Amino acid sequence: MKRRIAPGAVLWILVGAAYFLIPLIATLLFSLKKPTTGTCCTLANYGTILHDPAFWKALRISFVIALETIVVSLALLIPTVYWVNLKLRRLRPVIGFLAVVPFVVPPIVLVVGLLALYRGAPDWFYANPYVFLPAAYVILAFPYIYFSLDAGFRAIDIHTLTEASQSLGAGWWTTITKIIVPNIKTAAVAGALLTLAIVMGEYTIASLAAFDTFPIYIQYINQNKAYEPAALTLIAFGITWAAMVTIAIGGRRRASAMAGGAH
Amino acid sequence: MPAGQVLLGAFRDTGGGWTLDNIQSLVDEPYRTAYRNSIEVSLVTALVGGFLGFMIAYSVIRPGTPRFLRSTFTTFSGVAANFAGIPLAFAFVATLGTIGIVTQWMTERLGWNPYDHGFSLFSKTGIELTYLYFQIPLMLLVISPAIDGLRREWREAAANLGATPAQFWRHVGIPVLTPSLLGAMILLFGNSFAAYATAYGLTAGGVQLVPITIGFFYTGDVLSNPHLGEALALGMFVVLAVMMLLYIPLQRRASRWAR
Repeated sequence: MKRRIAPGAVLWILVGAAYFLIPLIATLLFSLKKPTTGTCCTLANYGTILHDPAFWKALRISFVIALETIVVSLALLIPTVYWVNLKLRRLRPVIGFLAVVPFVVPPIVLVVGLLALYRGAPDWFYANPYVFLPAAYVILAFPYIYFSLDAGFRAIDIHTLTEASQSLGAGWWTTITKIIVPNIKTAAVAGALLTLAIVMGEYTIASLAAFDTFPIYIQYINQNKAYEPAALTLIAFGITWAAMVTIAIGGRRRASAMAGGAH
Repeated sequence: MPAGQVLLGAFRDTGGGWTLDNIQSLVDEPYRTAYRNSIEVSLVTALVGGFLGFMIAYSVIRPGTPRFLRSTFTTFSGVAANFAGIPLAFAFVATLGTIGIVTQWMTERLGWNPYDHGFSLFSKTGIELTYLYFQIPLMLLVISPAIDGLRREWREAAANLGATPAQFWRHVGIPVLTPSLLGAMILLFGNSFAAYATAYGLTAGGVQLVPITIGFFYTGDVLSNPHLGEALALGMFVVLAVMMLLYIPLQRRASRWAR
């Protein structure tokens, strides 16, 4: 039985699409205005941003921090999730519970706790964005990476893979690097891209800990320029968009795991 | 397991950092207002976002809607739910700010400037409007599996027994979905309650919300008393923990129908 689209559904879909698209279109129009007169249309605002060395510097800092966070998270969590799924299945609820904790502890609370905790720490840790921020972001990224990996591990038969690998004489290291990692690559990449999107947009912790990351730069431009922030906003949106579309294409992951972020 | 231990330790230490000082001052002004504002904004965006998100999700999923719309909306929601903070705030300034595109359009074409009629993007209403941009997609993502779980057979069975669509919703659809709906709305509440960057980017602290107030203690606009900041953070944590405690049993009930 083929059914036609219901009129009510059309209405709600249009409302939804309008709510999503109008701010984006408005931002696009805004970003094309001439800086001096405020009339349409020019790409000068994009030029200003792309020629600002501070833009590249902030982008690079955020990107390096995102990479660090991803590497550390995956290095910690791949063996953990593997081991829990293989040998310690009764611990799964415990880890699952821990993975929800970052949702209950919002970044603003987390950063307060971290600043209090590390107040006495040496400068190479406390005053260094490349060390302090990844330490905080690993905690933020934990649920996203965990749920991605967990879904990935459940989709493959790790018991058979492990036994086959070991009966062929492979050690644990070989099993993990040569057998397990290639099999959960999609899940790991999805978690990594989600983490990238979160870290590139994370403002709260970076701001309170006083580090100049990409979102801090956006806020700085936001407060000091008229039309350039619109161009920058679309660039930031493009980064999130690229990460999400790559996930959507690359994996058959459940969309609900993508919910939430660092607001 | 060592990794789990490290993470466990990290949370525990963070928790240990919150001392119990200054709790009493939380019920005094201005913190009482901050909590009231935060709870109000979260409640409004959870209810409105929940309702809109559900209607859109249902419209996208229900039979008859082309399938490509579903994947488009899901992907877009994934982006929008994660597109928050400073860029989102600016997108709304460009749209509905004093010289925003939509504001100017309304003024020039309709002769009706919303700013002359009591609207401001930099108010509680403005914050709520902006938060909805990530609340609606989040609802859509969270509630879609539950709508999928509403089985077609039930609908057909109800129709065979002579039920009208309204009766189906009244006696089957709504009761089955209630736990999922409440659970999702609690999630939305928490999501909005915790948001800092969006509100900060929008109002630069003009509207008092708890996260904004905490931020002031650390960015130095207020005489610094870190312990008070910590107490405020603890208050947030308690509110969110209560929400989580409500969420878990609802989740369990909701999963009864899922397989």
